Amino acid sequence: MAEKHDPTLKIKRIRNIRRLSQLFFLLLFIFLLYLTEFSFTSFGKPGEINPPSQWLNLFFNIDPLTGVVTGISAWVLLSTLLLGLIVIAGTAFFGRFFCGWVCPLGTLNQAMSSFKSERKSRKGKRLIESNKYHRYQAWKYYILFGIIALAIVGSVQIGLFDPIMIAGRSIGMVIIPALNTAVNDLAMTLSDSSYSIFRFLGAAIFKISSGIVTYLKQPHFHGIFWLALIFLSILVANRIFTRFWCRGLCPLGAFLGILSRYSIFGLQKEPEKCNDCNLCLMHCQGGDDPHSDLPHRRAECHLCLNCKAACAENALFFRFQPYFKQYNPKPDLTTRRTILAGIAGLAAFPVIRSGDKFVNEVTFIRPPGALIEEDFLKQCIRCGQCMKICPTNALQPALLETGWEGIFSPLLMARIGYCEHYCTLCGEICPTGAILKLKSDEKFGQTGPPPVKIGTAFFDKGRCLPWAFGTTCIVCEEWCPTSPKAIWLEDTETVGREGNIINIRLPHVDIDKCTGCAACEYACPVSGKAAIYVTSAGETRDPDRSLILRKRK
Amino acid sequence: MNDDKLKRREFIKLAGKASLLTVVFGGGGYLTSRNVYKPPEKATVIVDCDKSVSLDPQYPDLVSIKSEDYGEAVAMGVELIGGISRFVSRGDIVTIKPNIGWDRTAEQGANTNPVLIEAVARLCLDAGASKVVLSDVPCNDFRRTFIRSGIGALSKKIDLDIIYPEQRRFVNVDLGGEVLGKWPVLRPFFETDKLINMPVVKHHNLTKITAGMKNWYGVLGGPRNRLHQEIDASIADLANFFRPTLIIVDATRVLFRNGPVGGSLSDVETHHTVMLATDQVAADSYSCRFLNLEPASLGFLKMAESRRLGKIKDYKLIEKI
Repeated sequence: MAEKHDPTLKIKRIRNIRRLSQLFFLLLFIFLLYLTEFSFTSFGKPGEINPPSQWLNLFFNIDPLTGVVTGISAWVLLSTLLLGLIVIAGTAFFGRFFCGWVCPLGTLNQAMSSFKSERKSRKGKRLIESNKYHRYQAWKYYILFGIIALAIVGSVQIGLFDPIMIAGRSIGMVIIPALNTAVNDLAMTLSDSSYSIFRFLGAAIFKISSGIVTYLKQPHFHGIFWLALIFLSILVANRIFTRFWCRGLCPLGAFLGILSRYSIFGLQKEPEKCNDCNLCLMHCQGGDDPHSDLPHRRAECHLCLNCKAACAENALFFRFQPYFKQYNPKPDLTTRRTILAGIAGLAAFPVIRSGDKFVNEVTFIRPPGALIEEDFLKQCIRCGQCMKICPTNALQPALLETGWEGIFSPLLMARIGYCEHYCTLCGEICPTGAILKLKSDEKFGQTGPPPVKIGTAFFDKGRCLPWAFGTTCIVCEEWCPTSPKAIWLEDTETVGREGNIINIRLPHVDIDKCTGCAACEYACPVSGKAAIYVTSAGETRDPDRSLILRKRK
Repeated sequence: MNDDKLKRREFIKLAGKASLLTVVFGGGGYLTSRNVYKPPEKATVIVDCDKSVSLDPQYPDLVSIKSEDYGEAVAMGVELIGGISRFVSRGDIVTIKPNIGWDRTAEQGANTNPVLIEAVARLCLDAGASKVVLSDVPCNDFRRTFIRSGIGALSKKIDLDIIYPEQRRFVNVDLGGEVLGKWPVLRPFFETDKLINMPVVKHHNLTKITAGMKNWYGVLGGPRNRLHQEIDASIADLANFFRPTLIIVDATRVLFRNGPVGGSLSDVETHHTVMLATDQVAADSYSCRFLNLEPASLGFLKMAESRRLGKIKDYKLIEKI
């Protein structure tokens, strides 16, 4: 009977609900990332491509920082912020439940922290010491303040640090493509075997996986090494300090931590019952001092309930309106450092903008419908959704091609893929409106407004087969998707080495018709650097970058 | 006894060392001998893609039918050219090769009309084909082209086995042509009993017309954009290697300019015509009239005729207008 009334049993049950919740949200997150791919979102009517569901953006929308930071920088109120308000309101009542119960990166960090370690520092006294509150846990607040200060002056860098964006890129653009490769390579190797049993196995794997588990078309991403390295570093750090990233660096955790000071739910301690066994500290996730002789740091607590479940003496309780004196609702910040972080964020802006990427020269190609570069950088949160949905794999995460400010923002890499003439999926999925939802007419401009131009194609006549070698080709003209074609052919004669006359068709670009889709560059048979290439010259998102001066009407 | 044992053990040790040395040096020598420049050679299969029917003087080489009911036109055409039993036997695997090259809708005329494909697939199934397979290797992204052409959705209506051109389905095939040697070919196009070519008539700036024989570009993987440098010879090579059971040419809508992609509806003329042929050259030659071209002036047709792949003129024709 005594067991039945043991409150630890009940809390263990609640802790299991927490684990279930973590697992559920992690799997949901992975599932949605997995579905964010062309063929999985497009089971449409014949002749039509379905617009991707906004449900695919669920986690990016529910992340309150998405709405808050882009709101501060671009001075727009995103409807997605309404979803973020659920988390904000929940945090104001319960504290950082999001970190302990929902956040997919938090779940991965917790899993990485909790399996048994052979390191001395992860055992006994040194683990207890490590799980007490440390000064480094304040870093995340300063990171947040720096990001917000940067956002005020007009550059959104939340995507580099936000856990949802990091997990989204890591799982969506590293893990899932790598799994695709692994399954396909395995099946391919088996299929090529000289033993029929292996060939059968290979065929069976293809039959089961293709189009169901693996994508019909293998996605490839630029700079995948860096994406993987960041992910790996965050995961491995847990083996040294429990949830180092969540405790020390996560700006979303910091944001929720600040909000949690108003929460009415929290840990209450009964210090007279405590026998200093330190079991609570052994299991603490947030580093929030659950131990009963210290004030509980509410801003750090993930509400994982581990301390309560570990406490053998029943000295800890979670309840509404715990005694105020037992907790410390404020994050451990000094005014001086807060101001310093803000100044650092503000100062970073002129430094970045003094870089060469802002001397009129935008060499890279943004997706169709992208806002003018300055506004684009105010709204792009680097979630990578546009890159995953792009049917030709053309949109790739930038490393330094777009400057320090644009790391992991989308750009078009024509030799990987081109912009499909009738496709507007990147703008349809973009959760923040950094890429506008184009109507198909605006994209290809058959009627009404002139088409959106993302760049202009230029011939490299020293490499082009007809221009340089008198060889027949015209593949660029064949692929050109506009009607009439932007690439036109001149029938002419050229002279060969022996003085012989060669009849040749030379391709030219009509600058008024070219949309910069880069199909020509993609299809060009000249390997290596193509003989026709697209630059951002003449892109319509920036009126200052139009190429030809025309008379005003 | 003890001494004996020791000796044996020593012998084994010695023999072991000796064989290890042999393996290391021999193996090393072998690996060194491998380290010479050799162009990589992919495993290549040799297959016969001559799926043509034997010539029969009682049937025409080409039937052209103009009708607004495309299903009926196909049925009538098949009847005139010998009946479906001439082409499809019970239990056959039939592979249909339409043109699904571009991310365009049926109205834009860049891809084969799905109504025709449906009619042909039904005829094959009714004739007892065990499986009707449809595939193509498009230029644009295949997932988009199969959806937007309206052809991918056919599998919901009829028992059609649509095969996507995933990388794994390509096999190197020796095409034995003048310019085409070993090229990756999509499996269903040679692992089949019967092959039906279902091109659409379109304008093309290099060959002037793309219809039946040029449609074979769409069975190849690899860097096929390099074939344009010898487009006439490569088309003739392909037509020599892939000999279809039946050619059904779609001239219901004809993209007469800005081909082969098109885009604007003003580039398209409706002709409501379907052609059925057993002669590849005749089919392309007859198609020239929709683009006002003189067949004898086209390089690939001349080359194909000189290789005895068919006739540019004087083929046996039945027209129903």
